[in-house]
This record gives sequence, C-alpha cells and structure tokens, in this order.
Amino acid sequence: MVKVIYFGRLSEVTGTDEEVLDIPEDVSTAGALRHWLDLRFEANGALLEPTVRIAINSKIGFDETSLNNASEIAFMPPVGGG
Amino acid sequence: MIRVSDETIDAPKALAAFERDMSDAGAIVSFTGQVRPQSASGEVSTLFLQAYSLMTESGIESALAEAQRRWPLSGVHILHRTGEMRAGETIVFVATASKHRRAAFEAADFLMDYLKTEAVFWKKETTPDGATWIEPRQGDYQDAARWQTEKVE
Repeated sequence: MVKVIYFGRLSEVTGTDEEVLDIPEDVSTAGALRHWLDLRFEANGALLEPTVRIAINSKIGFDETSLNNASEIAFMPPVGGG
Repeated sequence: MIRVSDETIDAPKALAAFERDMSDAGAIVSFTGQVRPQSASGEVSTLFLQAYSLMTESGIESALAEAQRRWPLSGVHILHRTGEMRAGETIVFVATASKHRRAAFEAADFLMDYLKTEAVFWKKETTPDGATWIEPRQGDYQDAARWQTEKVE
C-alpha cells in the first residue's frame, strides 16, 4: 500500500488530497503511475503535464524512477507565485 | 532558524528577539510579507498556503546554506506561515544579520526570491469569484534568475 498525495489544484482534479492505494504490479515507474492515475481519474492529462513533478518518499523523481520501496508519492504542480 | 507552521507570525516581536540575539552583528535587515487585500481577481477574503513538510523545510535549509556560502552572515531567521490567513496577516518574515549592511540586504533579497519562486508552497486565494489556486507569474522567475549569473560552478 502506498500513500499518494495530490497538492494544490491537483486535489480538485482528483477530488481528494491524499489516498492509500494498492498500485498494480505492472505500474512500476513514476511515469507509469502518472498514466494509470490520469486514466483512473479521467484527468485529461492533468497528471501528465511536465510541470507537475512527482516526489517519491519526499525526493523528486523522474518518469523512469522506480516505485520499488515507495511508501509516499506526491504529485506536485508548479510552486510559488502570488 | 527556520520555522514553517500555521501559527501566527508576530514580525515586530521576531525582529526584536533577533536584534537581541545578534547584538554584535553590526547590520540587520528584515523583510515582512503580508497578505495583500487585493489581487488581480478582486478583494481577497482568505489565502490558504499548503506545504509539503519535509520537502518544504529541506528546500529552505538548502537555500539558507547557499546564502551562508555567498555572504558572511552572523545569523538568519526565517518564519513562514501555512494554513488559512486573512488580508494583512504576515505570511513570511526573513531577517539576516551581518557585519555590514550589503551582505544582510542581499542575503535577505536572495532568500525572499527563493521563498517566492522555488520554495514548496501552494497558494489558494479566495475572492468574491470563488477560490483559485495561484501559480507563478513570469516576473517571479525573473526575480529568482537574477541570482543565477552569480552562481559559482
């Protein structure tokens, strides 16, 4: 089980701030997770935007980063501004 | 010292304490950022700030280490709010101390540019039109880019 957090406007796309998920075995990288969740939420690409970064266990990852040992994954839209 | 929390910031009190602690410094600069009552989309009733605890704090720590590497600082105090705030409330307080004023001014400016553009915070503004998540303006990136030309490789 993995805790997934959606920050900023993404919580409005997904309808939740965070959830605990059973991620399928074939979803093994951060990039695969983006696609899987984007379809699951019918987010129309909101989770695929390159400006949305993914942190795995509080460290910024890339699409090819493995989800092995991931206990917390965060989707982070651009920060700052205002 | 760095504190990111949903507690109210009392900037005058924080500055007084910092001045006492840094009585040998020679130069102290402080900056207080407050919630603006007006935004592009009208009157702001509340501003909500979300942080990602560990990442937010470790990012600010790195920016502070970078400031200490660039300028001879005797001390730095950074307070940042999270949670819900009203117009006029303090969002951020930064104070820097050094032997001479230039280092204190520049380090405070550098830290504020980091806090505005790169620090891990998300902002939601509530105006009569409803609540909107705010994302960066181009100008914010230009402010932060000023420091990149001076980076030592």
